[in-house]
Amino acid sequence: MTVAQDNMDVAVAAHGDDRDKFEGVQTPFRRFLSDYCESKLAVIGFFVISAITLVAIFAPLLAPTDPYDLASVSIMDSRLAPGQAMMTGTTAHLGTDGAGRDMVSAMIYGLRISLGVGIGSGVIAMVIGISVGLFSAYAGGRVDSVVMRIVDIQLSFPAILVALILLVTLGKGVDKTIIALVVVQWAYYARTIRGTALVERRREYIESAVCLGLSERRIMFRHLLPNCLAPMIVVGTMQVAHAISLEATLSFLGLGMPQTEPSLGRLISNGFEYIMSGKYWISVYPGIALLVTIVSINLVGDRLRDVLNPRLQK
Amino acid sequence: MSVFIIRRLLQAGLVVVVMSFIVFSGVFMVGDPIEILVSDDADQEERDRMIKSMGLDKPFIVQYGLFVAKAVQGDLGESFVFNEPALLLILDRMPATMELAVVALLIAVVFGIPLGVWAGLKPDSLASKSIMTGSILGFSLPTFWVGIMMILLFAVYLGWLPSTGRGDVQVILGMPISVFSWDGFSHVLMPAVNLALFKLSLVIRLARAGTREVMHQDYIKFARAKGLSDSRIILIHVMKNIMIPVVTVLGLEFGGLVAFSVVTETVFAWPGMGKLLIDSIGQLDRPVIVAYLMIIVFLFVFINLFVDILYSLLDPRVRLQDVKA
Amino acid sequence: MSNAQAPTLEVRDLQTYFFTKGGIARAVDGVSFTVERGKVLGLVGESGSGKTVTGFSVLGLVDEPGRVVGGEILYHGENLVTASPDRMRALRGANIAMIFQDPMMTLNPVLRIDTQMIEAIQAHEQVSDDDARQRARDALGQVGIPSPDERLRSYPHQFSGGMRQRVAIAIALLNKPDLIVADEPTTALDVTIQGQILFEVQKLCEETGTALIWITHDLSVVAGLADDICVMYAGRVVEQGAVDNVLDRPMHPYTHGLIGSVPSRNKRGQPLSQIPGMTPSLLALPEGCAFSARCPRVGDACSAIPDVSAPEAGRELRCHYPILEAAP
Repeated sequence: MTVAQDNMDVAVAAHGDDRDKFEGVQTPFRRFLSDYCESKLAVIGFFVISAITLVAIFAPLLAPTDPYDLASVSIMDSRLAPGQAMMTGTTAHLGTDGAGRDMVSAMIYGLRISLGVGIGSGVIAMVIGISVGLFSAYAGGRVDSVVMRIVDIQLSFPAILVALILLVTLGKGVDKTIIALVVVQWAYYARTIRGTALVERRREYIESAVCLGLSERRIMFRHLLPNCLAPMIVVGTMQVAHAISLEATLSFLGLGMPQTEPSLGRLISNGFEYIMSGKYWISVYPGIALLVTIVSINLVGDRLRDVLNPRLQK
Repeated sequence: MSVFIIRRLLQAGLVVVVMSFIVFSGVFMVGDPIEILVSDDADQEERDRMIKSMGLDKPFIVQYGLFVAKAVQGDLGESFVFNEPALLLILDRMPATMELAVVALLIAVVFGIPLGVWAGLKPDSLASKSIMTGSILGFSLPTFWVGIMMILLFAVYLGWLPSTGRGDVQVILGMPISVFSWDGFSHVLMPAVNLALFKLSLVIRLARAGTREVMHQDYIKFARAKGLSDSRIILIHVMKNIMIPVVTVLGLEFGGLVAFSVVTETVFAWPGMGKLLIDSIGQLDRPVIVAYLMIIVFLFVFINLFVDILYSLLDPRVRLQDVKA
Repeated sequence: MSNAQAPTLEVRDLQTYFFTKGGIARAVDGVSFTVERGKVLGLVGESGSGKTVTGFSVLGLVDEPGRVVGGEILYHGENLVTASPDRMRALRGANIAMIFQDPMMTLNPVLRIDTQMIEAIQAHEQVSDDDARQRARDALGQVGIPSPDERLRSYPHQFSGGMRQRVAIAIALLNKPDLIVADEPTTALDVTIQGQILFEVQKLCEETGTALIWITHDLSVVAGLADDICVMYAGRVVEQGAVDNVLDRPMHPYTHGLIGSVPSRNKRGQPLSQIPGMTPSLLALPEGCAFSARCPRVGDACSAIPDVSAPEAGRELRCHYPILEAAP
């Protein structure tokens, strides 16, 4: 199986996989910016995701009601259609869910959780992945092949399955969800950074650093790492989108986030049982919020991939 | 060639052993089966008897050894909930899942390759840009939400397609298949499209990237210099080159389809092994969870092996390397 | 349309521009030359001088963002610039063939040699598979590939570079074209292989009356092979004429410099002369003569592009201050 992975690498390398394309990115920031802005969609994506992030950060200020405050949530308000007034007098512009929470507020808080879990797990996985990948590339030999076998085997199993098993074992909760998502993601980073590092290591500037007698750690972190960052940015962006989607899926399956801290996925799941009776809003609106978030991140990531890829620049 | 197969078989065996240990120890920690099996008012003595009869009092390593010994004989334990062998339960649901995955794979290939090649040939046309934007959407849409939206639109509002379940099943060549009857087809259509969306985007992107890469090669220009028609250049010279990554990735992704059918089956109440897994997780039915995972591990190892061999048939350069190796 | 008296190929004032993000690159700007039946024209220049683009223009294979924007390419009197894509496809491979620079890249790695040869025949003629295979085998034998039957069933990676280039030449010869454009076909090969291939190509041209455009930067190859020579610089032909004439008495300072920078036994111990500076970017050509910045004979008139002059019969030149005295 691991050899299949190797073969795939060969095929993918020969046919234009992204990781190998990033070697030697030295684009000055301004050229990068003007290249990036050539795609209007990508610019829109950037502004949308920035706005979404701000909404998530300032959720308590922006949400009309506090969906965690049990005192203000009344079961009498459950499943109100969009535009109806709640017991407290607030208008539920997007309706209320089965527990009587205002959908707008629940979504803003849900966004906060989804984004937090996605970015949090992405950052932790990136740190672990970069450390392991760089170490593996630098150590080489037996250590490298053992680490890469582990990475290959893990990547040959679908993320959803690995996360599912972990959550079955660990139980529900923010921390557990993040652990599961980190375990699922670290290998992508490790493999990407190792691939780039191996290419970069053969470059003259590393050889000259070795000749200067710099310490290995200094070469790894001050010389090698900065030159491997471009693909990490692309993989990181895509992985955060992936993590958000995965967390939503796990929560939908009843794993992942608990009912008391509903992420967007959990909100959609809650609305699923009312779909047949036509009470669409409980599932549809959180879904749209989730979609817009993931699409914007992917648009940004997609553009970054094109811009940071020297082989496509002609 | 045979050295190559034997080496891969050995690797595959090792992966199965390692994975069985990970799976068993992972699921070993889940819940307490005694809580489910023994009624609440049972006394301690009855609980102890139960624990002993199930071997739960033995050390973990012994339990794992017993599990392996039985597993080698094809016994993956008995479901706590159904009181049936877990393996049989899963094999019973497997055809439904396989049918769903195969139909989804076909949808992804039949629509994905032409769209991707088109987008690769004319990267600046409006159609290509729409295709590529669409594929970003396909990557971004969470499968389960799309499924819900499809049910809302086609089942609840339009009433065109049934929302849940599997249609009439016919036995064809010893396999229970539903897709060839209208009722069965109408049931499988929505879940299959739902499951296919992600892979469709993937195929489009692979085919486009491959086409763009290949079209810049000298041998394509040389083929044009020979006076070949555009259709021959695309269908033979370009396609054969892009099929290598597409087949490799698709082969590996078939396992992903089977795994991801867990989500689609839950949304559409499709009676496959994925839904069985989710139900079993809910009921803490350990033997079924373990059996499902072991079957998936086997499936993945088999698929990887199969793709390796298929790959070496497609790309003559790989064959040469193996002869040398 | 076609004309028996007309030369095999006559290019008049060809202009091929590339419309890039950074501006318009005039890769070929006003190139004219003629190739008669059975003759070899050497197209010489540094990389980036537009010689390859000229070759691609003849075959109608200029890729986006490039376009032939002006001039005529007359093949037996028929203008290829205005020919339909179908007509061009019918001519390519059958009447006009091309051999590429890098033999490692010109054959499709995933298709067997026989597939790639038979399709080249069947694209132009209704021939049975067996007959086509027979012709492919003969063509391989013709270019000196041993046991052609066996080799037909091989994949490109099973051949060495020299063998691959022979296969590419065999493919170019399959349909007995009367014009071959060879784009530095021996540059990537060992010197001994290069010699063998040159010899075989020369023999074939003499035997079949095929006209040949040999694109190269190697003056020694041209000296031994070509009848006429065109020296290109920055998209323009700066000097042309019969090969011995031009090489013995170069009139353009660029040609002169080019010949001077070829190492030779006669000049052992003396420092090689060199052309100072480097090829200008096509996106930022200097005003006037493109060579003026590097030219030892530069003068006031060089701020205007020199017209084509004919200092003597069969010679053409683009220079304000040509070297007209006897060679130093």
